Amino acid sequence: MPLEGLEQLPALPVVIPLVAAPFALLMKPGRAPWAWATLVSWVTFVVTILLLEQVWLNGPIEYAMGGWAAPLGITYYIDLANALILMLVAGIASLVFPYAYYSVEAEIDKRQTPAFYTALLICFTGLLGVTITGDAFNVFVFLEISSLSTYALVAMGARMDRRALTAAFNYLVMGTIGATFFVIGIGLLYQATGTLNMLDMHQQIQGQSNRMVEAGFAFIVTGIGLKLAMVPLHLWLPNAYCFAPSAISAFLAATATKVSIYVILRFVFTVFGFQFAFLDVALTAFVILGVIGMFYASFVAVFRDNVKQMLAYSSIAQIGYMLLGISFGTVDGVAASLIHVFNHALMKAALFMAVGCVVLRLGSSQITAFNGLARRMPWTTGALILSGLSLVGVPPTIGFISKWKLMEAAFQTMTVVPPLFIVLLIAASSLLAVVYIGRLVYAMTLQPVPADAEPIREAPHLMRICLWIMVLANIWFFFQTDVTVGVATRAAESLLDTGLGFGGAY
Amino acid sequence: MLEFILERYNYWIFITLMMTGLYIVIARGNLVKTIVGLNLFQTSVFIFYISIGKIAGGTAPILLGGHGDSDHGEDAVHGEEAGHSAGGAHNPAGDAVYETNALNEEAAADAAHDAAAGGESLHGADGAAVPSNTLSAQTGSGAGDVATGTAQVDPNATGESLHQVPDALESTGARESIAAAAERGMDVIYTNPLPHVLILTAIVVGVATTAVGLALAVRIREAYGSIEEDELEREDHIAEFGVPLESQSTAEGSAA
Repeated sequence: MPLEGLEQLPALPVVIPLVAAPFALLMKPGRAPWAWATLVSWVTFVVTILLLEQVWLNGPIEYAMGGWAAPLGITYYIDLANALILMLVAGIASLVFPYAYYSVEAEIDKRQTPAFYTALLICFTGLLGVTITGDAFNVFVFLEISSLSTYALVAMGARMDRRALTAAFNYLVMGTIGATFFVIGIGLLYQATGTLNMLDMHQQIQGQSNRMVEAGFAFIVTGIGLKLAMVPLHLWLPNAYCFAPSAISAFLAATATKVSIYVILRFVFTVFGFQFAFLDVALTAFVILGVIGMFYASFVAVFRDNVKQMLAYSSIAQIGYMLLGISFGTVDGVAASLIHVFNHALMKAALFMAVGCVVLRLGSSQITAFNGLARRMPWTTGALILSGLSLVGVPPTIGFISKWKLMEAAFQTMTVVPPLFIVLLIAASSLLAVVYIGRLVYAMTLQPVPADAEPIREAPHLMRICLWIMVLANIWFFFQTDVTVGVATRAAESLLDTGLGFGGAY
Repeated sequence: MLEFILERYNYWIFITLMMTGLYIVIARGNLVKTIVGLNLFQTSVFIFYISIGKIAGGTAPILLGGHGDSDHGEDAVHGEEAGHSAGGAHNPAGDAVYETNALNEEAAADAAHDAAAGGESLHGADGAAVPSNTLSAQTGSGAGDVATGTAQVDPNATGESLHQVPDALESTGARESIAAAAERGMDVIYTNPLPHVLILTAIVVGVATTAVGLALAVRIREAYGSIEEDELEREDHIAEFGVPLESQSTAEGSAA
C-alpha cells in the first residue's frame, strides 16, 4: 500500500468519532461537548480528504481490519464512489456541527447537550461506517448504529414540539423493519455464497440466478428502500425531518439518505452486477418509483405550510432523481446520480441550516413566520433564496449541474420510458420545485412584515458563517466541477466495471 | 409435497414468526404492542440465521483431540448443506495453505494452521488457543516465538490463496490432502458458527432497538398521556391542521 506512515488511515474515519463519542458524554453540559464534536468532525474531514486523494491517485484501498485478510476478515474497501461519499458526510458534519451550537442551545435542554453530541457523533460514525465498509453484515451493523442514534436525536426535538416523539417512534418502527429486511437479504445471500465480503460475494454470485439470490436481492433493495425513503416507503421521513432539532434536520437531510443511496449503488452494481438477470426488474422499478417520487413528493411539497416539512418532501422528490440516475444503468446515469447525491446534500444542508436560523429567531418554521423575512433577516433570506435556486437548478448553482448531467444521461439510454419523455419529466418536476420555492421566496420578499412583529436580530455570526460557507459551496462547485463531475464519473466507471464483471478482483 | 414442507420446517417457523411479528406491528395500535411485534419480527430473523448454520448432529466447533485431524471437517459437511457451495470452496484453500507450509518446518506449519483456522472464524478463540498450547508443549518457547511470527503473516497468505484455489489445487499433494481431510472430516461434524456470531451482534441491535422504542413510548406517554396510536394521531392532527380528524376527513376527503 502506497500510504507511507498512514497505513491505518482507512480505519480512522470510523475509529475517531466512535472513540470520541463517549468523551462528549462525560463533559460539562454546554460548550465543551459541542467544541469536542466540532473538533472531531474537522479531524475526520481531513482524514477523508486524504483518503479521497489517495484513492484518486493510487486506486482503491483495501484495509483489513485487525489484519485478517479479505474474504474472511472484515475489510474496509474504499474506491472513488465511497471516498466521495465519505468526504461529503464528513464535510457536511464539519459545517453542521459548529453551526449546531446556538440552535441546540435554544432547542434542547442544556442538561441534554452531552447526550446530544454523543448521539450525534455516534450517528456520524455509523454513516461513515456504512460507507467505508466492504463487508455486507458490517453495513447492517453500522446502519443500525446510525439509525438508533438518529431516533434518539429526532426525539430530542420534543422540547419544541411533542410530535417529534411520535415522528421518532414511527421512524424507529419503519427503520427497524427496513434494517431487518436487509439482514434477511444478507442471510439469504450468505446462504447462497458462504461469504460476507462484498467483492467475494460478487464473484460467488456470478452465474447463480436462483430464487434464493433473487429473494435476497429483493429483501435488500426493499430494506434499503425503507431507509432511503424510496417513494412508497417514505412515510417516516417528512415528520422525522420536520420535528427534529434544526441542526439534526440539516445533518440528516444531507447525509442519511445519501448514504443509503450509496448502499443501493454498492449492492446493485458491485455485489449483484449486470449478469444478475433480476437486476433489470429492479432498474425498471427504479425508473417508475423515481418518476412517481419526483412528482408526487414535489406536488405534496407545494401544499405544505411548514417549511421544514416542505423541504422534507422535496428531499423525497430529489431521491427520485437519484434513483432515476441509477436506473439508467450507464456510466453517465450513475455518475449523474452520484453528482446529485453530492449536490443535493450541499443544497439541502444549506436550506435546512437557513431554516434553522429562522427557527432560532422566530421559534417557528411555519410559512407565515417567513413573511417579510427579507427585511428582518437579510442574510438568512439571501442564503435561502440562493440555495432555493440551487434546488430548482438555476445556472450559477450546482443544482444546474445535477439536472444537466441527469438529462444528458437520460438522452443516451434506453429504458421502458422514452428518453425524451424522461427529460421532459425532469424539467416538469423542476417546475414544481419552482412553485414551492417560489412560494417561500414570495413570502419572504413580497409579503409585508406582520404588524405585531417584535424586532429581531439576525442569526448569530457563527451560524451565519457556517450557513454562508455552505451556500457559497453551492456556487463554488458550479465552477469547480473537478470534484463532483470528475470524481463521480470515474467512480461510476469503476462501479459499473465491477458490475460488468471486469473488476472485482482484489 | 408434504416432504418438501416438512424438510424445511425451520423456514416455516421463521416465516410464521416473521409474519406474526409484522402483523402485530401493523395491526396493533398500542405502542408497546408494536414494539413487542417488532421484537418478534427481529427474533424470527435470528432463528433463520441460526438454522442456516446448524447441521443436524453437528457439534460446537471446538477442537477435540489432535488438531491435525479434526480441523477440516466442514468441507464435506458443508458440501452437503444446500447453498454452502462456498464453504466447500474455502476449505480446500485452507488445506492448501496447510500443505504448502507443511513443506517447511513443523512449527511454521502448525502456526499457519492456527491462522487458517482462526481466520475462517470457524474455530474462534478456542481453535487458535488449543493448538498453540500443544505446540509450546511440543517444541518449547523458542519455536513458540517463530509460530507467533508466522501466524501474523499467514492470514494474508490464506486470503490470497483463496482466490487462487485452482492453482493451489494443482500443487503437489494438495489434492490428496483434500481427499484425506474430507475423509477425516466425516468423523466429527461441526456446525458453522459464523451465523451464530452474526446473530450475537444482531441480538445486541435488537435489544437496543427495543430499549429505544420503549423509552420513546414512555416519553410519549408523558407528553400525550396515552400510548394508543389512534389518540396520538387525533392529537397530532389537531396540532397540525387545527381541526379534529373526523370533521377534516369528511369535509376535504383527502388530507395528505
